[in-house]
Amino acid sequence: MKWPAFGYARASTLEEVFRLQAEHGDDARLLAGGQTLLATLAFRLSEPKLLVDITGVAALRGIALQGGLLRIGALTRHAELGRDPLVAQHAPLLTEAVPFIAHPAIRNRGTIGGSLAYADPAAELPACIVALDSTMVLASAAGERRVAAGDFFTGLLETALRPGELIAAVEVPVATDASRSAIVEVARRSGDYAMAGLATTLRLEGGVIRAPRLVYFGVGNGPVLAARANAALEGRSLDAAAIAAARAALAGDLDPQADLHGPPEMKRHLAGVLTQRALSRFLPAAEAAA
Amino acid sequence: MTSRVDITLTVNGERVTRSVEARRHLIDFLRLDLGLTGSHAGCEHGVCGACTVRVDGEIVRGCLVLAASLDGAEVTTIEGLSDSGEMADLQDAFIARNAAQCGFCTPGMVMAAADIVQHHPHATRAEIREHLSGNYCRCTGYQAIVDAVEATLEARGGAAR
Repeated sequence: MKWPAFGYARASTLEEVFRLQAEHGDDARLLAGGQTLLATLAFRLSEPKLLVDITGVAALRGIALQGGLLRIGALTRHAELGRDPLVAQHAPLLTEAVPFIAHPAIRNRGTIGGSLAYADPAAELPACIVALDSTMVLASAAGERRVAAGDFFTGLLETALRPGELIAAVEVPVATDASRSAIVEVARRSGDYAMAGLATTLRLEGGVIRAPRLVYFGVGNGPVLAARANAALEGRSLDAAAIAAARAALAGDLDPQADLHGPPEMKRHLAGVLTQRALSRFLPAAEAAA
Repeated sequence: MTSRVDITLTVNGERVTRSVEARRHLIDFLRLDLGLTGSHAGCEHGVCGACTVRVDGEIVRGCLVLAASLDGAEVTTIEGLSDSGEMADLQDAFIARNAAQCGFCTPGMVMAAADIVQHHPHATRAEIREHLSGNYCRCTGYQAIVDAVEATLEARGGAAR
């Protein structure tokens, strides 16, 4: 279906964006890569009066190391994220996640800021950002504020973004030698949103698990940080028994709804399988084969 | 706020200036305003891939790009790709292997396949399938299409095996 009629304005500075947002309020929507917004407009899910194109705002671009954090500009496209050497070195979970996101033609346009702002519960990047214990940098005319990724996703397609505010960047703590990360998912077709997925990070210190962050997607209203499964893993040696304990604890973390893919029981089953797959990757080679 | 936008861009090597409606997507712009009907509008919400074209050297979904946002951009369609001859061998391989039936998906499929030939010369068969997974073909069952891409990579000396 064709898009509804709307106006178009191109902003080249943040000040211009904020001025247009102030002037048009709820009638204005920000346009970054457009790979979600424009698809939903084709369905007439909303009818904004004005699209504010922010792709020319230089302040929202770039990837850089700053004081032990990897700062990823909101306008970073998925394809750029996937081939960036700083990301590969300091946040390999994101590099690993990119091939799961849609298809090459969409990855050439879609942005990390757009994906996080839309907050699809089955999307990969929100879960990764929570698993990485990242910080969202939010900008408005009043200045910048920072929100922990875990507090940013507040409900189905809902975030902590306030009117007149946008995502400027994401700050990711850099990986250390002890860091481990993995993303696994089950989708019916390559590039589709996941039926269930898991993004996880942890540290392995002398074979002992520290600060595990198992984050599930496609099984709730947003990324689900599995508090009980994480507690079951904390301080344990990583072995088959630890993985089994995490799987058992997971029952208390997830409350999936039925969707087009299947009933809650199926989602719980898939989450358990994905837990096994992801954590097994961190086992020593001999044990993983056993 | 304006509902019409003036743009100047390059399409298949030619400089084009037009005033477009803000809601015009790239494919309608190409087809209706410029008469370039090789790019197809299929699902018009980014799923089927029939609208695949190049913007600034990278393939995109033409139905998910505002024409109004393309001031200064360089667009290449299947017409430009064909005229340049850069993928003549790929197109010949499509014909030789009967990798098209009704032909609706074919322009987008060739644009996506050309992206493999251009950027992933060592792609395996599985990687070819993965890359093309965003382009629907309801006729061929994909085997002949994957064969054509694989044969082109092999002939160019870049295939994995």
